[in-house]
Amino acid sequence: MNRPIRVLVAKPGLDGHDRGALVIAQSLRDAGMEVIYTGLRQSPAQIVATAIQEDVDVIGLSCLSGAHNELFPEVMRLLKEEGADDILVVAGGVIPQNDIPFLEQQGIAKVFTPGTSTKETAEFVRKAVKERKRSR
Amino acid sequence: MAEKSFSELYKEWEEKTRELLKKYPEQRDRFETLSGIPVKRLYTPPTMTSAELEKIGFPGEYPYTRGIRPTMYRSRHWTMRQYAGFGSADETNRRFRYLLEQGQTGLSVAFDLPTQIGYDSDDPMAQGEVGKVGVAIDSLEDMERLLAGIPLDKVSTSMTINAPASILLAMYIAVGEKQGVPPEKLTGTIQNDILKEYIARGTYIFPPQPSMRLITDIFAYCAEKVPKWNTISISGYHIREAGSTAVQEVAFTLADGIAYVEAARKAGLDVDRFAPRLSFFFNAHNHFFEEVAKFRAARRLWARIMKERFGAKDPRSLQLRFHTQTGGSTLTAQQPDNNIVRVTLQALAAVLGGTQSLHTNARDEALALPTEESARIALRTQQILAFESGITYTVDPLGGSYFVESLTDDMEAKALEYIERIDEMGGAVAAVEQGFMQREIHQAALETQRRIETGEEVVVGVNRFRLDHEKEPQLYKVDPALAREQVARLQALRQKRDSQQVEYALTELKQRAAGSDNLMPAIVDAVKAYATVGEICHALREVFGEYQAV
Repeated sequence: MNRPIRVLVAKPGLDGHDRGALVIAQSLRDAGMEVIYTGLRQSPAQIVATAIQEDVDVIGLSCLSGAHNELFPEVMRLLKEEGADDILVVAGGVIPQNDIPFLEQQGIAKVFTPGTSTKETAEFVRKAVKERKRSR
Repeated sequence: MAEKSFSELYKEWEEKTRELLKKYPEQRDRFETLSGIPVKRLYTPPTMTSAELEKIGFPGEYPYTRGIRPTMYRSRHWTMRQYAGFGSADETNRRFRYLLEQGQTGLSVAFDLPTQIGYDSDDPMAQGEVGKVGVAIDSLEDMERLLAGIPLDKVSTSMTINAPASILLAMYIAVGEKQGVPPEKLTGTIQNDILKEYIARGTYIFPPQPSMRLITDIFAYCAEKVPKWNTISISGYHIREAGSTAVQEVAFTLADGIAYVEAARKAGLDVDRFAPRLSFFFNAHNHFFEEVAKFRAARRLWARIMKERFGAKDPRSLQLRFHTQTGGSTLTAQQPDNNIVRVTLQALAAVLGGTQSLHTNARDEALALPTEESARIALRTQQILAFESGITYTVDPLGGSYFVESLTDDMEAKALEYIERIDEMGGAVAAVEQGFMQREIHQAALETQRRIETGEEVVVGVNRFRLDHEKEPQLYKVDPALAREQVARLQALRQKRDSQQVEYALTELKQRAAGSDNLMPAIVDAVKAYATVGEICHALREVFGEYQAV
């Protein structure tokens, strides 16, 4: 089981701010992971379908429009429904601190807020994926 | 030309300016420093060579390096125009009236993403997004409520709308008519810049070719019917926010501008018929002198392009008029009050660069939409610059600085190199289709991230001078009930309007779209029949198809 970690970087909702998503995608690639980027305007159902089809270990959700409280939980619900909730989900964007506990309750492993370094993100993902694989 | 001496030219400029002052007087009779030292309208060296005159010249004169007006802010301050919008039309109408009461001088409407991408509030694609980053406008009814009690003959309105720009403009015209204000009296701007949506901002709908046609249709329609309207705001703002450098911001924006001028000429429009209504929109980041030089370089380069490349003769076709917004991506979520200082610095650069209007960002933008208090501080920042600092007393105060003039030359030369490369690819539309600008911007964004992470670029409060514990301020939250109410209102509208009339208007629109007639009249008819933004865009999608990102 030494294949590289596979990551889907996804943009749910309608916002077109993909600078962060693109930078994260490249940094995770530089850290040795295989990264697929969905492009803009993906519905939660499209994201979950792509994640399963591409057999990813991780989904990274990015949203800067303020729609995270509606769209992220929908991704989590669909993952569970499809029996794919072993996929690690992390998120980032313009997300107020006060919303983070709610998102974590939905099963999102970590919410990265503005100013987080890409190294920190890559390290978190690597560790969390390892732990998940061990516990399986 | 028979060379006139510098002193002759200076005298001519003074005389022209004096004539102008009879019509448009300055804000006060005497401008002086707090110590009583008189401040002149313009400062120049004792003499200038003809090469310097060609490059720098006089304010209000070609190539407009020193500004597009001879007296600039001595006559009138820039327009203070804060971008606002959230939730419902009623809610946003209240914020508009508040901002006008607080001394704001123009409106700027933020629409929510479903409106910007042509989906109604009850479309499944709109889930979670209704009223979030701007106001939800589904039909003329919403627009009537948005502008209730705001006299459209007195207030100019800027609308950040691109793919459906013609629809929102049609609604604005219709509301004006209901208020008794004819289209020829309306003033304002639609962003209407689709190329930068493909490049950086992401709210495209249709493929490039039909999108360019919608834009040139607007140019032609407004030249005849809405002559004071700015038909496009060619935007570097979002290109910069997506990660570009300042040089790329100028280069890609002007390359887009060239593409619009070429498209309009191909559609048979005379350049001086539409070019005076082209306007621009730039960013202001922290590197102060580079930003000031950027604005000056953009102005000179555009004047030269319009004159030399397109043979424009009307001086208004040569003048690059622009709006500036301070840089959202430079704001930090950490120690957010520090952002007030960043915004002040950026706003100062915009004013010293000669902006025509300005939006100052609120301190909490890295966290959420601004609270009323943050929005007020942002506006007050502009008022302090305008009324307390004295920077408005003389025109182009940094002109003649060895550093600023040299940077201006460098920015212009480097931007021109890019524009030539884009020309070689077949112009901005072809370059966008090949993903050229998108790739260049992405590379620059990666480089910035690398520099921040290695500490080469300092971000106060983020990679230096951090606090151990941060307390998040009170943030604005959009009430989720607003989205439900919006959907209910939309569904009620569908019940009460004349559905046959809507059907007829949409069929007519599709027929026109398949041909080559100007689409604006059909869109105005559809809007007046209370067809929705989503319905009109769907009708056009059927004919035009949708853009697939490269």
